[in-house]
Amino acid sequence: MELHELTIKQASEKLARKEISSVELTQAHLSRIKQLEPKLHAFLYVAEREALDGAKRADQLIAEDENFLLTGIPYAVKDNILVSGMKTTAASKILENFVAPYEATVIKRLGGIGSVVLGKTNLDEFALGSSTENSAFGPTFNPYDTTKVPGGSSGGSAAAVASGEAIFALGTDTGGSIRQPASFCGVVGLKPTFGRVSRYGLVGIGSSLDQAGVLGKTVEDAFLVLQQMAGKDESDSTCLPKELPDYSKFLDRGVKGLKVGLPKEYFAEGIEPEVKKLVEAAAKKLQEQGAEISEMSMSNASLPLATYHLILPVEISSNLSRYDGIRYGLSAAGENLSEVYYKSRSSGFGSESKRRIMIGTYASSAGYFDAYYKKAKQVQTLIKQEFIDAFTKYDLLLTPTTPTTAFSIGEKAADPLAMYLADILTVAANISGVPAISIPAGLSQGLPVGVQLIAAHFREEILLQAGHALEKALNFKLEPNL
Amino acid sequence: MEYEPVIGLEVHVQLKTESKMFCRSKNAEADGPNEHICEVCTGQPGVLPVINREAIKKTIMAGLALNCEIAEYSKFDRKNYFYPDLPKGYQISQFDQPINGKGYMEITINGEVRRIGVTRAHLEEDAGKLVHPPGQNYSLVDFNRSGVPLLEIVGEPDIRSPEEARIYLQELQNLMRYLGVSDADMEKGHLRCDANISLRKSEVGSRKSELPDYKVEVKNMNSFKAVADALSYEIKRQGKILDEGEVPEMETRGWVEDKGITVSQRSKEESQDYRYFPDPDLPVMHFTKEWIEEIRRLLPELPQARKLRFIAEFALSETDAKTLVSYKELADYFEEVVSEFDEWLAAEHIKFDKADHGAHTRLAANWLLGQFLALLNQRKLLPKESKVTQENFAELIKLIGEGKVSQLAAKDVFAKMFATGEDPSNLLESMGLAQVSDEETLEKAVKKVISENPKGVADVKANPKAVGFLIGQIMKELGGRGNPQIINELLKKELDL
Repeated sequence: MELHELTIKQASEKLARKEISSVELTQAHLSRIKQLEPKLHAFLYVAEREALDGAKRADQLIAEDENFLLTGIPYAVKDNILVSGMKTTAASKILENFVAPYEATVIKRLGGIGSVVLGKTNLDEFALGSSTENSAFGPTFNPYDTTKVPGGSSGGSAAAVASGEAIFALGTDTGGSIRQPASFCGVVGLKPTFGRVSRYGLVGIGSSLDQAGVLGKTVEDAFLVLQQMAGKDESDSTCLPKELPDYSKFLDRGVKGLKVGLPKEYFAEGIEPEVKKLVEAAAKKLQEQGAEISEMSMSNASLPLATYHLILPVEISSNLSRYDGIRYGLSAAGENLSEVYYKSRSSGFGSESKRRIMIGTYASSAGYFDAYYKKAKQVQTLIKQEFIDAFTKYDLLLTPTTPTTAFSIGEKAADPLAMYLADILTVAANISGVPAISIPAGLSQGLPVGVQLIAAHFREEILLQAGHALEKALNFKLEPNL
Repeated sequence: MEYEPVIGLEVHVQLKTESKMFCRSKNAEADGPNEHICEVCTGQPGVLPVINREAIKKTIMAGLALNCEIAEYSKFDRKNYFYPDLPKGYQISQFDQPINGKGYMEITINGEVRRIGVTRAHLEEDAGKLVHPPGQNYSLVDFNRSGVPLLEIVGEPDIRSPEEARIYLQELQNLMRYLGVSDADMEKGHLRCDANISLRKSEVGSRKSELPDYKVEVKNMNSFKAVADALSYEIKRQGKILDEGEVPEMETRGWVEDKGITVSQRSKEESQDYRYFPDPDLPVMHFTKEWIEEIRRLLPELPQARKLRFIAEFALSETDAKTLVSYKELADYFEEVVSEFDEWLAAEHIKFDKADHGAHTRLAANWLLGQFLALLNQRKLLPKESKVTQENFAELIKLIGEGKVSQLAAKDVFAKMFATGEDPSNLLESMGLAQVSDEETLEKAVKKVISENPKGVADVKANPKAVGFLIGQIMKELGGRGNPQIINELLKKELDL
């Protein structure tokens, strides 16, 4: 097996047994990046020097037995997460030259000096999009078919893991931005409960929806990372002091007796037949392992997307106000203050960011606030309650992650509404705050299909239990032909 | 025509806390710009606010002292607008669920107690400060102040004169100092005031409760005097417009200190939509009754209670007590002088009855509010910054009480004490001002003056009120150091008055 094919688990064992060094492992990934980047453009910045420095320190720690599981494992970071001293652009012109002055909590938790950050991955500008085509620095291409999009907004992270450029990658998920690209690129994508992982150091867009998560090669890998980065953070008051379970204890628990609901609304119109077939086959596999599968109904399933497109833009319109050309980032000269604002923001933001800022400004204006934002928050309560109720009867919900496989580059770029629909099966988890994971279910005409598992608030371990069992039962290894 | 002013004040008070409202940066004076800053209070990408518990506590303390209803649930909202001193493009403030709701403060004006309503007192973060270097085509931003906790006290339009506004502000300042929640120094910007003012006809039988259908906001007043002056100016300006049958424009005006006028800054029609919405980065706050009661128990003695205590414990007049407590540092100093005095009594095993003790504490208050306060004001010093220690002050009161120095001579002694910080008994010696109370010496002088001034004696016999001349002569004989009380008694005895 080549080094770039290793999972965290495998690489970590080899490092611990000193069969390989972190420098070797890192070099293997850097050369993989060099080889594939012309085709994929998963990275906005490749941190060769920083990664090798980190790898050397990791080897030192390993030699001194001061390592932990992730020490020396090279990973990639979505470019809306701040890594101190590295540029953080959020794929926007307005932050093109912005160097992070501090470290995001998740980065700190992943290893401090022994951490090996390979670079910063591409995304839709400010994580607004579902294809990574909204990046101000050009799109990322799907490793399974470079005429297709990798999904988004964490498209760079998904493509990097799928292609073996990184062992795992960090992403952010506000409406499906980890799970949807994971599904398109055939990797595992985990979005934890809102409040499980600190948001400190994530370029915020939807403060009540944003959540950092993991894109990995296996369910187990995703949880090895979650174990490290989750938990209470003094710098984020929305990150809750819930006890963090020892996930390793849940890995092999199996699914015997687990009640799994298949919400019929998530298998209805608009789902490609082949996607439906593969997802149902996955459900069947769980049943064979002893899970109790039953169809059920989530009657509010049509509401999350509309709710999302009111709550998110209002929060965006406020959160993106700080990019004003005054303190950092792109600043255009003007005759007066208004002109500086106008020119900096006009030339700095891409069209999707502007669209959301305008929608959000409108929906939060005096006279409209009650009809839009306030109403949306009320509907959010309904949606959340329906999930809470469902999880009194079911341990898990199982749905397709996306209605289709990866679409073609340019196909939906001119039609924002069609693009918004790509998130239709993933947004509910953000609106209700519950954890969800996308796991590869197979290939449809050469393109990966993902199955989504959803659990109750702070019950990520059930996703691990069921996800790992599903992987074992499906027993295939996806690999793009690059 | 006669008009009655309708005035409401919005007062911003910077809270005194270790760190800023939502981050770990210091809340303190800085030597230079941008010293107390971090990624949070400069609005870097990805930062999140965390609520400063101390600021919440101090806000509730202020709310309790202002008799406000304290909310059970409260939250922070974002007030969205662009300005270079506002790093996030929004200010974290409170919109519809302020920590402190309706309350009031009582002030005394011309002996009449007036209750000024408080609409709300909410917590928010301060903005940075713009610096405009003269002659340059750029401005600079200093974020030291950015994120400092700011208590905004919105007052009801209950104020009826510039003088009332001034008293209200001073009382508010004093209250904040008593609570220890702010230094509330207007010159340093710890306390800032905007005013809303309009006029209505003051006719007999007019419906007093009706507010005028316009109001003018006045900003940029940086002292108590500026507030009173600006309001007086507005009363004249608006009165003239109303006299002409017009209605003053709804607008924001700025006070121009050196010209003594207000000028239009922005019309109300251009008023901004701040698009308030709950800050999703912060949790809703829940204040339990128990916690609020705990804070209430921790409240220090407030001016009103202290005044009553001063009257009861130190036999002060209502006026003296009120004046003292309205200047917290002076009242503190006074209590320290009294306690030094009591220590001396204890050390010398002297037992005063209540009347005697009261006479001395009253004497101390008189000296504090008289010469001491005048000298402090002249030098712009706080009581504690003067060279007169509380111990020396108490000693002077003791010396006056024992008759060892006349009130008159004590004035010179005190002036010297204030200048040099010397001990009063030493000064009495060195200045030769120790009072003569020795009866033998005094009697000799009295007899001598009587024998040398037959006309004066005759005058006094005809009219006992004319005794002043003889006393003056006796004092002259004693170099001004005779104890006037004893001299008076001796003289009366000698002349059989």
